[in-house]
Amino acid sequence: MKYVDEFRDPGKALALSREIHALTATIARAKRQPLQIMEVCGGHTHSIFRYGVTQFLPDEIEFVHGPGCPVCVLPMGRVDDCVALAERPEVIFTTFGDAMRVPGSKKSLLKAKADGADVRMVYSPLDALALARQNPEREVIFFGLGFETTMPSTAMTVLQADAQNVSNFSLFCNHITIIPTIKAILDEPDLRLDGFLGPGHVSMVIGSAAYDFIARDYGKPITIAGFEPLDVLQSVWMVVKQIAEGRAQVENQYARVVPRDGNKVALAAVAEVFELREFFEWRGLGSIAHSGVRVRERYAAFDAERKFALPNLRIADPQSCQCGEVLKGQLKPQQCKIFGTACTPQTPLGALMVSTEGACAAFYNYGRIDTSGLSASKATKEDQHGR
Amino acid sequence: MDDKSRRRVRTLRESHVNLSHGSGGKAMRDLIEDVFVAAFDNPQLAAMEDQAVFPFAELALHGDRLAFTTDTFVVDPLFFAGGDIGTLAVAGTVNDLAMSGARPLYLSCAMVLEEGLSIEVLRRVVASMQRTAQLAGVTIVTGDTKVVERGAADKLFINTAGVGVVPAGVSISAANARVGDAVIINGTLGDHGTAILIARNQLGVSCDVASDCQPLAGLVAAMLAACPDIHCLRDATRGGVATVLNEFAESSNVAIRIDEDALPLREEVRGACEILGLDPLYLANEGKLIAIVPGEHASAVLAAMRAHPAGECAAIIGEVCAAPAGTVVLNTCFGGQRIVDMLVGEQLPRIC
Repeated sequence: MKYVDEFRDPGKALALSREIHALTATIARAKRQPLQIMEVCGGHTHSIFRYGVTQFLPDEIEFVHGPGCPVCVLPMGRVDDCVALAERPEVIFTTFGDAMRVPGSKKSLLKAKADGADVRMVYSPLDALALARQNPEREVIFFGLGFETTMPSTAMTVLQADAQNVSNFSLFCNHITIIPTIKAILDEPDLRLDGFLGPGHVSMVIGSAAYDFIARDYGKPITIAGFEPLDVLQSVWMVVKQIAEGRAQVENQYARVVPRDGNKVALAAVAEVFELREFFEWRGLGSIAHSGVRVRERYAAFDAERKFALPNLRIADPQSCQCGEVLKGQLKPQQCKIFGTACTPQTPLGALMVSTEGACAAFYNYGRIDTSGLSASKATKEDQHGR
Repeated sequence: MDDKSRRRVRTLRESHVNLSHGSGGKAMRDLIEDVFVAAFDNPQLAAMEDQAVFPFAELALHGDRLAFTTDTFVVDPLFFAGGDIGTLAVAGTVNDLAMSGARPLYLSCAMVLEEGLSIEVLRRVVASMQRTAQLAGVTIVTGDTKVVERGAADKLFINTAGVGVVPAGVSISAANARVGDAVIINGTLGDHGTAILIARNQLGVSCDVASDCQPLAGLVAAMLAACPDIHCLRDATRGGVATVLNEFAESSNVAIRIDEDALPLREEVRGACEILGLDPLYLANEGKLIAIVPGEHASAVLAAMRAHPAGECAAIIGEVCAAPAGTVVLNTCFGGQRIVDMLVGEQLPRIC
């Protein structure tokens, strides 16, 4: 398939793998601990596990799976609010598919649906707006979720609802923003990270310039990365090269999609509809200043938080749950006390086990395998052909 | 529509199903005769007894053990590219029988009809059932009809049960996979799942992927002729190929390794999966089987499959290994490896 297969070429992967091994060898002499590279975005986490990218890296490089899975960082209290909204008899509650299974303190949206709530899966907020027009007697609420990747489409939908006077449409806004969270991670006193893979599709909206502070103020290299396995591997190579050469810069591997200044139209729509919240609660990370957005006063008529009374409770994560440590890179998924026992994709306790982009679910689904002695049978075959 | 139905004396005047069609009275008899008996057209059913009766001697011609199965079909929408609920209802039960190596012979057909269902729709479904039954070489010999009030069922539900006969010497079981066996599929993955997604029209995309819905009894007979010692056979319906492979690995306590590059996949299905973040290994099929056969017979079985219309795109996709036992491992197209686990819940499209 065009524009897909080129980015999954096993021969190129092996070549990159060799270069990464060679580069790492030059660094490892000076440094005892393994290099830690955080992939901020859940899409990268998914690719890494799905394609077995770690199997191409030397043991001296570790991925730390970052907070960039919006489904995973959603706190239980917000899920409870969703359920409360969905269970109102007049409401059709619309959501992206992978948010359906996230556990609240009592139930998930999937369970609420089974119990009789009118919860519908949509592929775009515009589908929700169309539903509102088709059902004028019902209130259609869209569960707005995600980073800057999905924020513009939600903003455009609110603008359309406003222009078309669709008064029975509202947004339950849980959009979050990545930069303050990366900052919070960088400010952790026990930070060990050596570099970052920057999110691809968030950056398509906000641009690569938004990360300049990481290199300038914190001295950490970052490479904005695409989502195909070769993208990820090449980006790792770029980060490792920066480390080897003692540089800390913002580099853009995903230049075919990400411009330096982002998408001005999208950013303008976002700025028109949303404003920063003072704080937003993240599952596992706690409250982070200016990390979430809410609907501006001007569009209050489309804000479900203003339209309906919400329980709005802060629910602590289950005590046994170590999602926070995993999110910060202090624990690997399989080192969590309840990984694979009390917490599995079937009965997720922690959010990281819920979405396929969550580090724990990705590791559980794809990674529980001893891959020592790779590179895979096929890689060996290719190698033999090459000789 | 079956022409014979028009020649029958008893004809149905109503254009839609109503509660009297399930009452046991004259209206029900009209419906059964005009729609079912006319289309399925066989003496067993036409006798209008409460059961079909067949002599042992006739069954014994085909083998020495009886295979018996049942399945219920609920699908929305009723009609989709490549098939409809009627094709599914016959092919599904025929395939469940065939996966034991049995030659399927007789089917029952029980329908739950929602009040208000168009008779025209019912006739189309019944005609599909008959067409598929003929293709599979089975006869629909007994049936039942119930009508429920509007809202108590979604248009039309079908249950079919089937009997078949397993040839002497054939012993197929999910527990029979052995190290060194080859894993074979009879064609492309995920066509049915994709066709249904597209037919529901929630994606705003169109493409011409048709369901692979088809009876597999003929293909299985051809495979058994090439190699009577087939170890495992299962049709990969809900849960897809990944689920069947996991069932084999677990029951046989072996590892199954498959090559992503070897998986036959239509470009359209691949595209839909890339866009939606779905994995074709978990998409439903309705005309695909996974066979595990002794390595030394793999090429003979593959050749027999490719010579049959239901197996033209057959491919060897992997092999049975010893470790890690109970696990399915995929060699990715990228050169890495990963686990292919059982699916939890439904596959849900990813947010971004």
